[in-house]
Amino acid sequence: MLSVIRTIWNVFLHSFRRRVTIQYPDEKPYLTPRTRGRIILSRDPDGGERCVACHLCSAVCPVDCIALQATEDENGRRYPEFFRINFSRCIFCGLCEDACPTYAIQLTPDFEMSEHNRQNLVYEKQDLLISGPGKYTGYNFWRVSGVQIEGKDKGEAENEAPPTDVYRLTP
Amino acid sequence: MGTIYIDGKPYEADPQNNLLHVCLSLGFDLPYFCWHPALNSVGACRQCAIKQFKGEQDKKGKLVMACMTPASPDTRISLLDPDAVAFRAGIIEGMMLSHPHDCPVCDEGGECHLQDMTVMTGHDYRRAEFQKRTFRNQDLGPFLNHEMNRCIQCYRCVRFYRQYAGGKDLNAFSINNTVYFGRNEDGVLENEFAGNLVEVCPTGVFTDRTLKQHYTRKWDLRMAPSVCGHCGVGCNVTLGERYSLLRRVVNRFNSEVNGYFLCDRGRFAYEFVNSPNRIRTPQLDGEAISGEAAEWEFQNLTSSRDRLIGIGSPRASLEANFALRQLVGADRFFAGVESKEWTLITTMIDILKRGPARSPALNEIEHSDAVLILGEDVTNSAPRMALSLRQSVRQQPMEIAKKLQVPLWMDDAVREVVQDQRGPFFISAPFATRLDDIAAITYRAAPDDAARLGFAVAHEIDANAPPVPGLHEKMRAMARVIADALKKAKRPLVVSGPSCRSLAVVESAANVAKALCGFSQPAMLGLLTPECNSFGLALLGAHALDEAVALTGKDATVIVLENDLYRRLPLEKADALLGSAARVIVLEHLSNTTSARASLLLPAATIAESDGTLVSNEGRAQRYFSVFPHQAEVRESWRWLRKPQWSSLDDVLSDLAKEVPQLAAVVNAAPSSKFRVDGAKVPREPHRASGRTAMTANLTVVEPKPPVDPDSALSYTMEGAPLQPPGALQPFFWSPGWNSIQSVNKFQSEIGASLRTGDPGVRLIKPSGKGEYFTQIPSHFVRREREWLVIPIEHIFGTEELSQHAPAIATLAFKPYLALNASDAGSLGLANEGEELEIELGGAKHRLPAKILPDLPAGVAGIPNGLDFAFGEVFPTWRRIERVS
Repeated sequence: MLSVIRTIWNVFLHSFRRRVTIQYPDEKPYLTPRTRGRIILSRDPDGGERCVACHLCSAVCPVDCIALQATEDENGRRYPEFFRINFSRCIFCGLCEDACPTYAIQLTPDFEMSEHNRQNLVYEKQDLLISGPGKYTGYNFWRVSGVQIEGKDKGEAENEAPPTDVYRLTP
Repeated sequence: MGTIYIDGKPYEADPQNNLLHVCLSLGFDLPYFCWHPALNSVGACRQCAIKQFKGEQDKKGKLVMACMTPASPDTRISLLDPDAVAFRAGIIEGMMLSHPHDCPVCDEGGECHLQDMTVMTGHDYRRAEFQKRTFRNQDLGPFLNHEMNRCIQCYRCVRFYRQYAGGKDLNAFSINNTVYFGRNEDGVLENEFAGNLVEVCPTGVFTDRTLKQHYTRKWDLRMAPSVCGHCGVGCNVTLGERYSLLRRVVNRFNSEVNGYFLCDRGRFAYEFVNSPNRIRTPQLDGEAISGEAAEWEFQNLTSSRDRLIGIGSPRASLEANFALRQLVGADRFFAGVESKEWTLITTMIDILKRGPARSPALNEIEHSDAVLILGEDVTNSAPRMALSLRQSVRQQPMEIAKKLQVPLWMDDAVREVVQDQRGPFFISAPFATRLDDIAAITYRAAPDDAARLGFAVAHEIDANAPPVPGLHEKMRAMARVIADALKKAKRPLVVSGPSCRSLAVVESAANVAKALCGFSQPAMLGLLTPECNSFGLALLGAHALDEAVALTGKDATVIVLENDLYRRLPLEKADALLGSAARVIVLEHLSNTTSARASLLLPAATIAESDGTLVSNEGRAQRYFSVFPHQAEVRESWRWLRKPQWSSLDDVLSDLAKEVPQLAAVVNAAPSSKFRVDGAKVPREPHRASGRTAMTANLTVVEPKPPVDPDSALSYTMEGAPLQPPGALQPFFWSPGWNSIQSVNKFQSEIGASLRTGDPGVRLIKPSGKGEYFTQIPSHFVRREREWLVIPIEHIFGTEELSQHAPAIATLAFKPYLALNASDAGSLGLANEGEELEIELGGAKHRLPAKILPDLPAGVAGIPNGLDFAFGEVFPTWRRIERVS
């Protein structure tokens, strides 16, 4: 009898506590920028596509939901001819972001991807590519890589000496 | 064998080998760069450092290079010693000082020996803050991409290119930390084996440029064991596919056949499979129809058995040829090769069957110690064999190294001993060949004279061999020199083939081999074949193509299997054969003149999309497996032609074994489709293959059922047993920690020796008797006034039919020419090379630019084999040549 009264009393007290339930979707919760939600493909500070089609994200993906094909443009830059994610399979593990050597793939706090038709969860590159550098503002892979591209000759990358003269015979 | 101690544990080791060889053979992971199983040790990279101890009491030990230290009995070494581990990590760190930050965009990434070794030594953080040295790259032609920044200066490229393959135009330049590997100027690498640099280079300096056009990582490739179909040697290759596009070819180790290397034709010809000329839908009188309709139509057309004429093909599988033979009956099954070439092929088979000489595998060719080549430019007609022949000249001089007790794996020391000495190597061919630089004697002669030299050599070895009437004293002396050298050899080899289109040349080679066998040593007789399954077709048995022309008629249906008859017969004969038939059914991969004449055209699967068996010029039957399922309307030729009771390749093979007893052994060329490893099929995809749920998601998000392979023990997916399958089913080489092709070390019974589960292939031809001497000796070649004996000249790029559809190869294909020697050109009043000459070929007059081949005998002219208007000409042939004024 006593315990019943205590329970009723407790319930009564709780009605004066601060509410923790968020009225989603009317009210949006705060999600940190590092939340592992939908991925995007970012661009480097110069506006070029960051993805260099190295295939590391697709290799690391535990549900094999990333497929892409590498190709090269006339400037010598490698990029994905197509880049496809099947979000109906994605488990938001974030391993692709970890594997990405160019900061191209970034996970965003967006997770609201409900669809009536599963086919609409297949995202192509144009659906993924954003116009900015995302969380990592300064990095440009091509400035570090030794590969020659239009506008960056051999020896012009970071920490590179000018090309050697092969005909030089002095040590 | 002796006992050595590795980290305190005893192991059996052959003291003839070095410690790196032994450690790798025993399965230890020891990093290395400059060492290569085929190139041996030079001790340049210092990466394989280990600790060696003087005895059980010695705790201090000293660092030694495993590759430079013999595995003498009671050697005590440690791989895990902290000093050795730190030393190896230091070496890698040094190498990585200037290695660019390229891996994500490097084609080698994921199968890079440098990556593997870096991970193995544990170097994972760059401490250096210096600038990286950089290099400019070179354009090395359509096959190879050059990215010198990545170089770690292991020297393997130049050691392979110059010392192993005999190339001249790749070298090390500059000094100190700026050593550069390249040509003296941009340009196509001249050597026919340059493509191997892709695999020889431990990192991404030399990468496959054709793969770059449709790049895919190794881990994403679906791979299958296959056999190269672009010449008769039958090299083992691994094909790689992704998104239904054939992506690349890499070498598949077979210790008896191609070992570690391929030729450039074999490596880069694969792109014909992706050609826009592919026939992908069946056509009835030019109208596309469905596969089912085509099958029904085919049944309809072929149900009246007595009027069928079947034309097989030396480039189609045994199974496809057999299926056609069963359909039309042995009497009306024709070889698809004109009678002269067919006589040559059947004679060669006969020679090998009757003995006594054995046809050698490439490995045996490499170890032969005296070679006579009669009438062949091997580098152009069977390129990979030329690479093996090039090694053979080192065999005799290496005996000196053995006497001096220099271990044969100590490459630099052996080369120091050998210097420029070469074993006996003799070439008789009508023109300069790419092996002339290693030959002791080169004899330029018309086919008849080459044959006379062969007969003379045979007579010098064995007096019972028929003598050559009217032999010139100079030629007799030459024959004597050659005969003496061959007699002294322990493993003499005679090589010949059909390139000269001369029966006498082949017969003379057979005589030399027989004479040698009678003398003492078991001689080997290597006979080249023009196509990948010439011997298979000959063993199956067929009539020459010319005979089919007589049989055709208004009531005949001609079925042509993977063959362009306009390449085989003169125009009018081919027209007669196809034109007068009521119906022409053609099974083909690529559109050509014959397929254009088909009333029913059936798309046939290529070597990459079908399973089958090829018989190489060694007489080795080898199975190839499809790397991806063929598209809807494309089918394997044998499936189009099949009997109702055949449901899988096994059924065809068991019938083949029953019907043709001499081919019974082909069943054993690879395990049947019922074979399982640990209860599962062998996976074609590596366990890292990616994108399964996204690859086709653009079409439909519902993942399709994986394709089923009823014909082989391989599965199209990654599901399967992760165990080493039998050699014939090995889809790729990959081992934990060893992602590059060098992981083959882990699959061999011993480094460089056969695969642990056996090398693929079964030999079908065994010499059964003593053979007999051929006595038809041609008379001396006499030139004619104003007429030239026109011979075909083989070209590695351009002669073979399918490889021309590969864009990279097409860019290097020969330009048409008519070759004459300088004095003949002078007699025609030619002032310059390139001036036009007129010659009648294929029934019409053609103009060809002149090319001066100084070595061509007077009275002989050469045209490249593969000229489209010269198809159907039966060479050699006498022709008038005039200068266009």
